[in-house]
Amino acid sequence: MSRVTVEKKVLSENDLIARRLRARFEEHQVFCLNMISSPGSGKTSLLERTLERFKPGERVALLTGDIQTDNDAKRLARFGFPVKQITTGGTCHLDARMIERALTDWPLESLDMLLVENVGNLVCPSAYDLGEAAKVVVLSVAEGEDKPLKYPSIFFKSDLLILNKIDLLPYVSFDIGKAREYALQVHSGMDIVELSCKTGAGLDGWMNWLAGRREMAKAARASTSGRE
Amino acid sequence: MHELSIADSILEAVRKERERLNHARITKVGVRIGELAGVDPDALSFGFEVLVKGTDLEPLVLDIEFKPRRQECSQCKHVFTVAGYKVDCPSCGSRETRCVGGEELDLAYLEVEES
Repeated sequence: MSRVTVEKKVLSENDLIARRLRARFEEHQVFCLNMISSPGSGKTSLLERTLERFKPGERVALLTGDIQTDNDAKRLARFGFPVKQITTGGTCHLDARMIERALTDWPLESLDMLLVENVGNLVCPSAYDLGEAAKVVVLSVAEGEDKPLKYPSIFFKSDLLILNKIDLLPYVSFDIGKAREYALQVHSGMDIVELSCKTGAGLDGWMNWLAGRREMAKAARASTSGRE
Repeated sequence: MHELSIADSILEAVRKERERLNHARITKVGVRIGELAGVDPDALSFGFEVLVKGTDLEPLVLDIEFKPRRQECSQCKHVFTVAGYKVDCPSCGSRETRCVGGEELDLAYLEVEES
């Protein structure tokens, strides 16, 4: 018996496609976000509120993942921006190949931003790089405040935590201070925005974060091309 | 339960390596799973057993090495294992530490039968 050292990523195939996607996003200057949460925490509502605030000329498109149905794509299509549903047919996460396939007939040169709504699941999507600029995790106050400790992987890998449905705070036992504390324990320095898609409170914080990150990406691109 | 997909990716990788090794008989595959990888070792073992059964790779054994989260102190460069989410440096007390381990989802080694 002899031992052969391999030293490869288990998901090297996915990572390869994700790198390819990232390079394409970079080439066409598309800012891509991967939005992740458990089912029912309000990702689609957040995207609805977001699209509502975009000007009609905004070059934004959406990919929305679900195990079954195109209900979310229908909800999001009302705002006039291109939307495509990815139905995974049982798979609990999106992978890079699904994104690449969905983008084959979509011209990236006509886009500035791509928002990807992952399948509702706090575990599996965290393992799959989709070529995004950043992951955003959404947690609603109707859930447990200890979710960051129970599902550390996704909170560790996300740049922003959105605490959604804060209009429900008077009716639930969710301790928002604790939720923040737990998230920062897992990922010190992570950005946190509290909002309600229902009342609109805090949505400016999210839109500002989004604008800020797009500016940062643009500035990083400018400084790289300046060096070349 | 994406561990089945992960197990499938491991088998795919083993098949690829087998070609590289001139179709040698592979008896064991070693993987490293970090605690931040979001992969449950028990579910992965179960999925792996189910998938390998009845294939040309049977009986292939999966060896999982679990890797805890590790941080490095930006001040004193001390590297430590994180327990209970305490990421402050146990050596100098600094709060500025960065993650240097625990995200592994790696294929580490193969055991091959000598021909």
